[in-house]
Amino acid sequence: MPSNKSVSDAPITQFVNCRILKDHKLQWEDLWVREGKILNPEKLFFDEEGFADHKVDCEDKIIAPGFIDVQINGGYGIDFSQASSDIRGGVALVAKKILEHGVTSFCPTLVTSPSDIYHKVIPELRVQDGGPEGAGVLGIHLEGPFISEEKRGAHPPKFLRTFKAGGLADLMEIYGHLDNVAMVTLAPELANSAAAIHELSGRGIAVSLGHSMADLSQAEEAVQHGAKFITHLFNAMLPFHHRDPGIVGLLTSDRVPPGRTVYYGMIADGIHTHPAALRIAHRAHPAGLVLVTDAVMAMGLPPGRHTLGQQQIDIQGLHAYLTGCTVEAALEAASLHPAQMLGISHRKGTLEYGTDADFVVLDDTLTVRETYIAGQKVWRK
Amino acid sequence: MRLVILDDYDLSSEWAAKYIRNRIIQFKPSADRYFTLGLPTGSTPLGCYKKLIEYHKNGDLSFKFVKTFNMDEYVCLPRDHPESYHSYMWNNFFKHIDIEPQNTHILDGNASDLQAECEAFEQQITAAGGIELFVGGIGPDGHIAFNEPGSSLVSRTRVKTLAKDTIVANARFFGNDLSKVPTMTLTVGVGTVMDAREVMILITGAHKAFALYKAIEEGVNHMWTVSAFQQHPRTIFVCDEDATLELRVKTVKYFKGLMHVHNQLVEPMLSVKDYMD
Repeated sequence: MPSNKSVSDAPITQFVNCRILKDHKLQWEDLWVREGKILNPEKLFFDEEGFADHKVDCEDKIIAPGFIDVQINGGYGIDFSQASSDIRGGVALVAKKILEHGVTSFCPTLVTSPSDIYHKVIPELRVQDGGPEGAGVLGIHLEGPFISEEKRGAHPPKFLRTFKAGGLADLMEIYGHLDNVAMVTLAPELANSAAAIHELSGRGIAVSLGHSMADLSQAEEAVQHGAKFITHLFNAMLPFHHRDPGIVGLLTSDRVPPGRTVYYGMIADGIHTHPAALRIAHRAHPAGLVLVTDAVMAMGLPPGRHTLGQQQIDIQGLHAYLTGCTVEAALEAASLHPAQMLGISHRKGTLEYGTDADFVVLDDTLTVRETYIAGQKVWRK
Repeated sequence: MRLVILDDYDLSSEWAAKYIRNRIIQFKPSADRYFTLGLPTGSTPLGCYKKLIEYHKNGDLSFKFVKTFNMDEYVCLPRDHPESYHSYMWNNFFKHIDIEPQNTHILDGNASDLQAECEAFEQQITAAGGIELFVGGIGPDGHIAFNEPGSSLVSRTRVKTLAKDTIVANARFFGNDLSKVPTMTLTVGVGTVMDAREVMILITGAHKAFALYKAIEEGVNHMWTVSAFQQHPRTIFVCDEDATLELRVKTVKYFKGLMHVHNQLVEPMLSVKDYMD
């Protein structure tokens, strides 16, 4: 009998013959799951005198926490920044398809848009748990419109905004709703940004610096007010300069409040950033690296002309790149670090006991073979 | 006694594991008749546990009908502390084999009534039919389990305060911080182990050599509690060369000369596969 039922009589699954990412290392250990959470087998053995109901042979593969993508604008023909007739259906489609890439949680990202788009779309993009239908939505990432004109990148200039007073009124006027919002990217050099950063951080929304002309001291001030992420490091910001490192200097700044970490997103496709620059950032501040896709609706679609919010862009091909760091560091950059940045690492992004059993089974080439959410297999190759 | 001397740590661990394996398989344990095994912790038996796990993974040995009784556990150390003996047994042995949780017995150092816990343990051993084979180690001060120098040779399971020597020896498991080492333990008594039908003591390394000398070449003495086993009808000491460094050449030569007899106990190696119907 599986246990003395003193805690639970739900079935227990034991994944054997696998290497799991634990304590920052890949180790030959079994993974135990019960009721959608990672189970502590020693407690099970001694307290409940229990053992597994079934065992799954992983045939020497790697188990890593499910990947978390905090910057994804759409994919497979869906653009999150469009007020389509079926916004929820669109999110669901993307959520389902990204399971193939091992993503178990994500932040649908909206680029700079007119106010009515935000008012229409934000209420439809609800926070929800993942499952067989698709990856979980952790919350929306609002990238804009409070960003710099010079560094707007692909964002449409006519919808950029500035803060009037920076308080809640400004934010609500533009966005309409802040429930279901997990992150906001803004440019801290805009007047009154401090109030906005304060307001958002106070609501548990992660403030990210990006699409900005800020110098290092402006960036440091923003961090002191609560900012904790940098949107696609190097892109859409001042380049690193040895006398004023700009936002990039946050990676080694000594003005970050103690106990806080500044995380930074990197699009590791070899195009947005030269691999050597990526390595410099990683070596300067390995604990802060967060891998993002910044995928657009054209992801998964053939080359051609597609929309990105209010713009048209051309797609010529798909690229992927892996940095020269260790396997463990790469896996953590895609799981643990985004979870830490969002403040949810007590339940996501790790394989610690008691956390949600969202994980991926990878082979030695780090290709995703199976994806699990809450202990249930939701995709296999 | 039998004194089985192997060249090095790995060979002595393997010999001990083979012996345990053969004993369990020969016993033909079943649901009506469990094989009761007493078990130690510490660095000495790690090699032996690894070999036993290997035999299990190869399908040659099953622990389904084995009941285990550990010798000791720290008092007031949280059960899931990485240095508790519960953690040690889980990580180094139980999680790799097919033993059933209710067949393992380890003293609970966090019990509200430690005395009652000790008495209950003795009763559990009796209820299980006594211990068939008790495997143990020896401390540098010649102790068996945590029966420190001066322990009664007829003692039973009880609370013991650790001697300074033992605390120092254990400090390496607690970041070399003496203040973090537990000072009290629950331990089986010398008498408890003497009640086992057979006793096997593993001793490896030069730092144990003097204790081995005191245990087998000097008299029975409560200052070197392992010496009590001179009066047990069936004791095996399994050691490596280094552990014999303080013995008389005559003793070592005599027992080395008997290795062909000793090896009959481990060859041929039995397997559970031979007994599957």
